[in-house]
Amino acid sequence: MGRFHRHDDGTVHAHDHDEGGHHHDPDEHDHGDHSGYGTGRQRLEVLEDIFAENDRLAAANRAAFDAHGVRAVNLMSSPGAGKTMLLQRTLAALRGRLRVGVVEGDIETPLDAERLRGLGAQIALLNTGQGFGGECHLDAPMVARALRDLDLAALDLVLIENVGNLVCPAEFDVGEHRKAMVYAITEGEDKPLKYPVMFRAVDAVVVNKLDLAPYLDFDLALFRRNLEQVNPGVLVFETSARTGAGVAAWVDWVAGL
Amino acid sequence: MHEVALSRQIARIVERAAAGRRVTRVEVEVGQLRQVVPEALRYAWTFVVAGTPLASAGLVVTAVPATVRCAACGAEATLDAEVRFDCGACGAPGATLVRGEEFRVCTIDVDGPGTPASGEG
Repeated sequence: MGRFHRHDDGTVHAHDHDEGGHHHDPDEHDHGDHSGYGTGRQRLEVLEDIFAENDRLAAANRAAFDAHGVRAVNLMSSPGAGKTMLLQRTLAALRGRLRVGVVEGDIETPLDAERLRGLGAQIALLNTGQGFGGECHLDAPMVARALRDLDLAALDLVLIENVGNLVCPAEFDVGEHRKAMVYAITEGEDKPLKYPVMFRAVDAVVVNKLDLAPYLDFDLALFRRNLEQVNPGVLVFETSARTGAGVAAWVDWVAGL
Repeated sequence: MHEVALSRQIARIVERAAAGRRVTRVEVEVGQLRQVVPEALRYAWTFVVAGTPLASAGLVVTAVPATVRCAACGAEATLDAEVRFDCGACGAPGATLVRGEEFRVCTIDVDGPGTPASGEG
């Protein structure tokens, strides 16, 4: 019972030496407790989802969008897949057609936000150096703060550019109506199998940088088979944000949500 | 990657549930498809709770394997490292996930009722 011992000051430590998520018999924790102090010791069932607080705030964000008839898309990708360039193309295409706001998640710099100015969209810059979780993703409280900088009554669509990362952003509902990701063909065919949580979370995948296909060994059919493994029926757009090829279908999708 | 933030969130849930009682053990359940690394979560927990009323609470992380069920034939399978959603038994695509996305605080062990002022010493 070396895991469980009492110090002179009355504190008790239950040291956890588990490596494989193995359960102990609950009674084991009462060994060594002869102080009369543990008379009220009990195990309480909590059963609370650890994302519950985030999800409550995400629901509030979604309600704010809905109250103004605004649709919201959470756009995710690894760093450098082309989110910002796709957004530039998207804003240019939607100008005069829809009133668009952008929540720009960036680690410490306003560089991406500067690339998006002058395209007729409202921009809310969100540096992710602080907040629930720091730098690796946007969460619902962060997006709630960013929404204060947008006039939702004057918007039809909000595009949320998440932090470049294939892991953490997939875990956090921020109040969007649809999740989409930009995936560059330079990333290799196996990414859906390596990051299934992200590829499963999204409604649409924009397969980007197809202008580079002649210079790569990228096997598009294999990629699409891998994607289908983890997210059957997911919507796929094949684009080059650089040349603009294929972007119109993506733009029509976000405009029609 | 966000285990510190998640540990803070767990601490908030535990503090609320404990309602002032001292907590000696916290059990959380983490599905295989949650991208939470148990070792990183346990490590983050130790310094998130250091110097707080939860400092004496050990964190027990229970892993839940991902399980899929085939919509066509009903076969269940536990996913290993390779995540695929076509049925291993009949080959039909689009099996649904029945376990593996859990991420919750299951139980806490408390000394109660209320603050442990009485009976101590």
